[in-house]
Amino acid sequence: MTKVITDVICPFCGTLCDDVEVTVSDDGKKLLEVANACVIGTEKFLHSQSSDRVTKPRLRQEDGSWKEISYEEAADYTAKLLAKAKKPLMYGWSSTNCEAQSVGNEIAEIAKACCDNTAAVCHGTTLIAVQDIGLPSCTLGEVKNRADRVIFWGCNPAHAHPRHMSRYSIFPRGFFTGKGQMSRKIVVVDPRCTDTAKMADVHLQIEQGRDYELLDALRVALKGEWLPDVVAGIPAEKIREVADILKSGRFGIIFFGMGVTQSLSKNHNIDAAIALTKDLNEYTKYSIMPMRGHYNVTGSGEVFAWQFGFPYSVDLTRGFARYNPGDSSSIDLLLRGEVDAMFTIGSDPGAHFPISAVKQIAKVDSVCIDPHLTPTSGVSKLHVPVAFNGVETGGNCYRMDNVPIDCRKVVEPPVGMLTDLDFLTMVCTKLKKLKGVA
Amino acid sequence: MANSISINLISGRTIQQGVAIESGKEKPSYRTACGIIEMDASDLKKLGAWKNTNVKVTTDYGSVIVKAIEATQGPHPGVAFIPMGPWANSVVSNNTYSTGMPTFKGTPAKVEVAINEPVLLGIELVQRQCGVKVG
Repeated sequence: MTKVITDVICPFCGTLCDDVEVTVSDDGKKLLEVANACVIGTEKFLHSQSSDRVTKPRLRQEDGSWKEISYEEAADYTAKLLAKAKKPLMYGWSSTNCEAQSVGNEIAEIAKACCDNTAAVCHGTTLIAVQDIGLPSCTLGEVKNRADRVIFWGCNPAHAHPRHMSRYSIFPRGFFTGKGQMSRKIVVVDPRCTDTAKMADVHLQIEQGRDYELLDALRVALKGEWLPDVVAGIPAEKIREVADILKSGRFGIIFFGMGVTQSLSKNHNIDAAIALTKDLNEYTKYSIMPMRGHYNVTGSGEVFAWQFGFPYSVDLTRGFARYNPGDSSSIDLLLRGEVDAMFTIGSDPGAHFPISAVKQIAKVDSVCIDPHLTPTSGVSKLHVPVAFNGVETGGNCYRMDNVPIDCRKVVEPPVGMLTDLDFLTMVCTKLKKLKGVA
Repeated sequence: MANSISINLISGRTIQQGVAIESGKEKPSYRTACGIIEMDASDLKKLGAWKNTNVKVTTDYGSVIVKAIEATQGPHPGVAFIPMGPWANSVVSNNTYSTGMPTFKGTPAKVEVAINEPVLLGIELVQRQCGVKVG
């Protein structure tokens, strides 16, 4: 007999869907089927069951081959690496739970490390903008129940957050949005005619990298002032038409993504988007929300903020927390060659950092804690496979709207396999001994 | 038809990329999903390349071999898209301009036909560029 576990949380993207159903074998050891999740979430659950999974820590040998070692030895190696390093970088955290992140922060403090999460290559510039001018935001529940104007700026949820549109932003019938999609006007701003843009009432096919200009042009159009004939490739009449659509709603939301955070102007693009939201609040109610990628990158920012006062790019090398993106941020630290040990958990900088930064990771002593084989594990000296968070262990995670949700364990991990939290606790104990901390 | 053309390179997620990273980055499916460059039909024509031809993408930051396919979310003449992953990151701009964020979108790039060059697997591509000895 199989069992169906309902209300499972999907540990893939920041939408953190909480209605997944998972069928497991009677003994709870095999995960058989996944329902309600998107194709990516389904793959995440099913991949945990693959037969070729690495189940023991592996240390790279002189000849490039791997040697299997115990978790005890792996924790020893990691603790010694952190104790010895002058400026270790502890990066990742976004695909693990808040409990593990908190122990990781304790380790970082003892090791006097730089610590950073995947916001570094995702919504880091958003966090800078939020510190500049604030963030009028809301929850996804409010979007579902109230939003009749939805703007997707530089984001493509059809591909990156596949169920966002059906659960919250385009299709659901909410309390004040009873006609679902018919109740909403959708505006998409993107240089490509994306699959999200194909669902929009209006698609502004902006010239790539000119978001700041178009955001400012919309602010001008709201006030009815003069505009040039064309801004960022969009005719002035079109901009005025969109400004009227935005103004005429009862509740609007701007979702934005990598299109604005990673293009030139970066945090200033977000400044302008938040300023547009502020201006729109003079006419009606508007909110703005970043489309966070990893399922717990938001949680990582929260835990960093509780413990260090800053949401990412934290430098503890002087024994207290400093925050200065551009100086204490992962990419810059690596490119300047300042990092002498790399500790990666719950992310894959090997695949997602520019190659010049990855080359620096390959040069130093390194540990990669990840259930998967990745380019990061491929260039690291030690690979520690762990249980899949959200599948083989539970723990607290934060949705993109800062709502905390407890993930659920649905299946047992392979025999003897530790979780992130177990392994980090081992490392923390060993590091304390090495450093003489009580 | 030209030997090479200049395009504006951007990167980002695709649903195929999402599935591939969750099913195993060591597998050829990761290369199929991300070792590609989506180009507008008009740009492919300018380059004189058939769809599914291997091309070399070169920027100030490096070069990489990927398979040129016709844009799936086009038209976007002048703009080309490599899904996020080691192939895109071999050529994107690493400039953070003191924000901590590399400029993943908007790197000027040159594309030329490289029909006889292979597209490497993801982990292999990174290991080779980093000079990691593999046993």
